[in-house]
Amino acid sequence: MRGQCVIAGVGHTAYGKHPGRDRISLIVEASRAALADANIEKKSVDGVLVKMANAEPSILYGQAVAQALGLQPNVGCALDQGGAANIALISYAVMAIDAGLMETAIICYGDTPRTGARSVYQRPRGDDAVYGWYSTAAGYALIHQRYRQQYKIPEANFGAVAVNSRANGARNPHAHLRKAISLDDYLSSPFVVEPLRRDDCCLLSDGAAAVIVTSAGRARDLGIDHAVPILGFGQAQESLDVHLRRDLTRTVARGSADQAFAMAGLGRKDIAVAQLYDCFTVTPLITLEDYGFCKPGQAAAFAAQGGIGLDGDLPINTSGGLLSESGTPGMQLVIEGVRQMRGDATLQVERPGACVISNQGGTMHTHATLILGRPS
Amino acid sequence: MTLPQPVITDVSAPYWDALQAGRLMYQHCAHCGASWLPPREHCPECLEAGPEWRAASGKARLVSWVVYHIAYNEAFKDRLPYNVACVELAEGPRLLSNIVSGDMARDLVLDAPLELRIEHEDGMALPRFVCETS
Repeated sequence: MRGQCVIAGVGHTAYGKHPGRDRISLIVEASRAALADANIEKKSVDGVLVKMANAEPSILYGQAVAQALGLQPNVGCALDQGGAANIALISYAVMAIDAGLMETAIICYGDTPRTGARSVYQRPRGDDAVYGWYSTAAGYALIHQRYRQQYKIPEANFGAVAVNSRANGARNPHAHLRKAISLDDYLSSPFVVEPLRRDDCCLLSDGAAAVIVTSAGRARDLGIDHAVPILGFGQAQESLDVHLRRDLTRTVARGSADQAFAMAGLGRKDIAVAQLYDCFTVTPLITLEDYGFCKPGQAAAFAAQGGIGLDGDLPINTSGGLLSESGTPGMQLVIEGVRQMRGDATLQVERPGACVISNQGGTMHTHATLILGRPS
Repeated sequence: MTLPQPVITDVSAPYWDALQAGRLMYQHCAHCGASWLPPREHCPECLEAGPEWRAASGKARLVSWVVYHIAYNEAFKDRLPYNVACVELAEGPRLLSNIVSGDMARDLVLDAPLELRIEHEDGMALPRFVCETS
């Protein structure tokens, strides 16, 4: 599969608040921008793959999006995997193109949890609501606590992740939150679900994002010179209930990454820049370890020593990630990866190598990995 | 404000009934030897139906915990800050619960030994835990 397909174009709406806007109209806006970026006509799109809206899952949602795009695709669907779904859909698009089911697909997501419904993120978790078990944040707090205590990680080292994302987001004109913070700001931000502070938690953002995937051959025929090759992808999943997981400090991300690196024929040293899902600060830290960039328990020190900064050994979340660019679940990371590989990112990392992107959902239940290369 | 009530089903009723009678029960598969919570119809390991109920000793360990500073439901407003803990029974099954001894937010340590304390509230019998060292 290595290099057989490309991301030919990317597009997104403004991230932040879209009061009164319908999420599907946001997807249309992002898709239109992605088509223009690829310089591909709408009529050549024969696949529409949509990530389910977290805030309001609905039946035949993929078909509703296709209809709003005025398309009758060969392949159309909506997928629920939580935040892993965007990369998962990109990998399914590659496979469907390889199988000859379609030639060119729009993969997209949009939602309005900032100004619309957001109760999904605060929901009770089954019968455990009787103990007060509510919210997405709490599951991550449970992992953060075990990880922090087991490896005796200073609080400030988690803050290094927030400070990095917020610094990069502050310099990104598209970012929802363009306000850098200091470590002191982080340490004085209030607890939400302890040990999580406000600044450990990602944004809730309205917005939509889309990418166009097609075969490398078709991109060549169409004369798309900035098409970014998809070198590898992988997926893996854990148990749904976080507390039933035997080791709270490890995820299945390693298996997902191993698949992607094997497909790409690359090693960890071949990665120039990474976009790692940062719904909470602990998430990219554990991902750095499970991906094999840091030893277990050492990612936070790596971050605190500047390893994840723009001049560090492995710059991450160069557009601000979920903590600063947009709380939308994952496609913005793919788009930033594409821009880094094209060389037109706002904070461009000037070194040779590929980009690895992680998407993950639920409470680190679902994981998907994407490796992108440079346009040839 | 009363606590949010669990949905009691045919599968979970024996669990809640046993708590009312003063015992915490978990499920065990006679076929493959797996033990688990929450209650279900089939063994999650070998998928055999008809698991047995066994009484837990009440000994447990603290796997992790969180402390809420925000109430996502009215019922918990007066309890802030309150904890929710991931507890592993000596017999292996895990559950979420509350630690109800000491300064619940401050005194907890990883893998601390815990002891079951069934508390009666809003007509329910809830398996909560005390920290043996506090």
